[in-house]
Amino acid sequence: MLEYLVSPEFYQILLFYVYSGILIGAALAVVTMRNSVYSALFLILAFFSAAALWMLLEAEFLALTLVLVYVGAVMVLFLFVIMMLDVKVTRKSGMSTYTKVGIFVALIMGLEMIMLLGKKLAHVLPQDDLIKHAKGHSNVKEVAENLYTQYILPFELASVILLVAIVAAILLTLRRRSDYKHVDPESQVHVKATENRMRVVKMDAEKGNYIGGDE
Amino acid sequence: MSLIHYLVLAGILFVISLAGIYINRRNVLILLMSIELMLLAVNINFIAFSSYLNDIQGQVFVFFILTVAAAEAAIGLAILVVVFRQRKSLEINNLNELKG
Repeated sequence: MLEYLVSPEFYQILLFYVYSGILIGAALAVVTMRNSVYSALFLILAFFSAAALWMLLEAEFLALTLVLVYVGAVMVLFLFVIMMLDVKVTRKSGMSTYTKVGIFVALIMGLEMIMLLGKKLAHVLPQDDLIKHAKGHSNVKEVAENLYTQYILPFELASVILLVAIVAAILLTLRRRSDYKHVDPESQVHVKATENRMRVVKMDAEKGNYIGGDE
Repeated sequence: MSLIHYLVLAGILFVISLAGIYINRRNVLILLMSIELMLLAVNINFIAFSSYLNDIQGQVFVFFILTVAAAEAAIGLAILVVVFRQRKSLEINNLNELKG
């Protein structure tokens, strides 16, 4: 018994349950919190625990990517928007009809999924334990070998998608204010020195004895 | 520790975020967060299968899902900012002009 308690297998199972518990708790907090800042912070916690679970599954590259991309970029974006928009926290007591319908649908869907896993698919799924890789095995190398050979075209397309997202996000939030003094670069470039900048005025020469002063 | 554990976990996570979409009628932001959680559940499924079947292609696919989800979050938040500028609120019940 004691041998089992100090074995790596038990430790792995313990870690799985701890991280899944945190993940599910954080997910519940995300959807039930009234204040969206708290929701965003719990979502960060959920992403961290998911990254830990992916580490247990020996997907190290994606676990680190999840932390970097989601916690480092997407969630910061979320928090920026939350703090910029000044959303009022509205509080209503009691469950609305939507809440009841939502819980009902979720329960039925969860039951269906677990039934499917238990009855129909249990004997089809691989039953053996996780395939452990050797000590020097590199997950990053393995992913890269696939990504840069077989999936090179989708990889390039993904970059195009990101570019489109950048352009769309900037264009959507760009606002031209009428009271804002600015220089138009296009007209600035098209200025011709002889036509637009310098104006030669023809006028008669002034004659007479002009004394000056304020008369 | 078998594959079923991870599949059940992903199922529970998916169901929670589905309920979250129904529950939140006040804030589009939390709706976007629920969608992110749903994608996370799907990704857990992908990675669990990829590890247990010893097939790296699942992880490559998760990489693409992460890319698309980041793009989706950026565009979604941009749309949200525009909506908030026009209506000064993020309540979903108010966004009914299309009468769909």
